[in-house]
Amino acid sequence: MSILIYTESENGMFKKSALELASYARAIADKLRVELIAVSFNHKDHQTLGAYGVERVVQISDPSLENFTALTYAENLASVALANQVNLVVLSSSANAKYLAPLLAVSLSAGYASNVIGLPESFDYLTVKRSCFTNKAYNTCVLDNDINILGLSTNSFGINENHKEILVEDKSANLTKTNFEVERIEKSSGQVSIADADIVVSGGRGLKGPENWHLIEDLASTLGAATACSKPVSDMGWRPHSEHVGQTGKPVASNLYIAIGVSGAIQHLAGINSSKVKLVINSDPEAPFFKAADYGVVGDAFEVVPELIEKLKAFKS
Amino acid sequence: MKILVCISNVPDTTSKINFTNDSKAFDKNGVQFIINPNDEFGLTRAVWFQQKQKAEVTVVTVGDLSCEPILRKCLAIGADKAIRIDLNPTDGFQVAQQLSFLCKEENYDLIIAGRESIDYNGAMVPGMLSALMGYNFVTNCVVLEIKDNFAKVSREIDGGIETVSCQLPLVIGAQKGLVEEKDLIIPNMRGIMQARQKSLTVLPAIESDVKSVITKFEKPAPKGAVKMVDPNQIDQLIDLLHKDARVI
Ligand SMILES: Cc1cc2nc3c(=O)[nH]c(=O)nc-3n(C[C@H](O)[C@H](O)[C@H](O)COP(=O)(O)OP(=O)(O)OC[C@H]3O[C@@H](n4cnc5c(N)ncnc54)[C@H](O)[C@@H]3O)c2cc1C
Ligand SMILES: Nc1ncnc2c1ncn2[C@@H]1O[C@H](COP(=O)(O)O)[C@@H](O)[C@H]1O
Repeated sequence: MSILIYTESENGMFKKSALELASYARAIADKLRVELIAVSFNHKDHQTLGAYGVERVVQISDPSLENFTALTYAENLASVALANQVNLVVLSSSANAKYLAPLLAVSLSAGYASNVIGLPESFDYLTVKRSCFTNKAYNTCVLDNDINILGLSTNSFGINENHKEILVEDKSANLTKTNFEVERIEKSSGQVSIADADIVVSGGRGLKGPENWHLIEDLASTLGAATACSKPVSDMGWRPHSEHVGQTGKPVASNLYIAIGVSGAIQHLAGINSSKVKLVINSDPEAPFFKAADYGVVGDAFEVVPELIEKLKAFKS
Repeated sequence: MKILVCISNVPDTTSKINFTNDSKAFDKNGVQFIINPNDEFGLTRAVWFQQKQKAEVTVVTVGDLSCEPILRKCLAIGADKAIRIDLNPTDGFQVAQQLSFLCKEENYDLIIAGRESIDYNGAMVPGMLSALMGYNFVTNCVVLEIKDNFAKVSREIDGGIETVSCQLPLVIGAQKGLVEEKDLIIPNMRGIMQARQKSLTVLPAIESDVKSVITKFEKPAPKGAVKMVDPNQIDQLIDLLHKDARVI
């Protein structure tokens, strides 16, 4: 019996979600007294993983794995799982992890629960709580299979240091020939992505037009935050679709979510509700968003935001 | 080209979410059901292929009789025919397996599902279906072009866009961006009348596996009251975010 995690890295560093995964899986491994194994692709800084509780790393390196492809990555994870009597695989909620999880589930004949929000409630029959109805509710889910896969919701467990002596093992890649080819990856450089951000600053129709977005961008860069927007803002082309958050857009699970000139429609709230702390700036004291907020400022964005930026800069320095 | 669009019947996005007294099921009382928004983007793209590239579009749902109005709506939007697989599914794997039985018989070139359903949020059915069929798979799909037997597909990744090319058959998980919001089709009278003449076939479910069971639903605990800060006291706001919430 052992637990397997897939630790993702970017630009030569493990992602924060990988460390959260390690921390979460360590807590389970301690409870069950089983080994925790991490798989990493084309990445060598393994001491970091040891600091978060991983005991063994299987590293798979191959130039052809440079671009993520769900099927190839899933096949390689499956072969490590089968070779090590793994009965629990834990994945993050990154776009890539959610892409490969169902493929891995079929290849291992495993059960799969996504959006898991905490440690399992029971291990006799693996029982987990997961969010559903786009964060409007939770369900308790029982997975009674020889192998199960859990997808951990971002920021739902946190990161705990826990030093272990780490054993590194090299494994050659399984490469099946496919007709599937990654042609191009366009990344907006230098920007924090909504998925990875600790803080997200979001603007709504209250900002009046795209020419005012420097307010959102300045506040975001002061905080090292990602920028986001409401649905009508992206529908009108003020901002790219990739910034649209909510029930039909991206989910947000940041530590701090700042909503400026967003009314707080139920579909918007659904997608951002799992953010820990919500700050709302809106000129209308009756805006529904205040009911879902932790902190609220009733005021004109064009006055409040510049002052907030200025004072934050002073606070940071 | 034969296209299958997988449709999930979900509560309207404005619905209050309530559960039955034993917390074991969603309380459908007074709830309006809609086509899962991600599936609607996919269906709209499928109808585009039908009109521009002579594709044949079938919609399918795995569900009981109560799902039929949504299938009729898909027909009114433009799908050529509809199939209901008669089973109230327990989990996403079961749905994928039921769909795979149909796909094995019909050999669709392109299978369009949603990135995720807004009720279960499994994000598992399309990927599992592709794996069961051995087909190519792209999820979070925002661009889909087909030429001959080849697809060019872009998907949203964390912080960017990735473009891939592959051969059909292909399964995609559709999401916002795949079509423009203004291109979503609202059924007109003619469409609704035509939909009545189109075929809606009910297929019996084939025995399938269940890999997970939901034992209980619950709602999040009510939130504490909001702390209001005077717009002239921005220092106090920063102080609260730093010391009280500890997020900056
Ligand atoms: C099927 C469906 C799915 C949807 N999915 C989503 C989704 O995923 N995400 C989403 O966001 N929406 C979604 N919506 C849309 C949603 O219902 C709302 O229409 C939308 O969220 C409103 O956007 P908004 O808050 O930017 O605009 P508005 O509702 O117009 O709100 C603007 C706000 O700005 C405030 N304001 C105005 N001037 C100022 C100022 N100077 N300073 C400060 N505040 C000011 C106003 O008081 C108001 O509260 C969906 C709708 C449907 C039907
Ligand atoms: N019961 C169902 N019948 C047909 N298609 C479904 C069903 N449930 C889910 N799907 C499809 O699978 C997608 C993802 O659903 P899920 O895995 O539940 O998030 C949906 O957007 C639909 O396209």
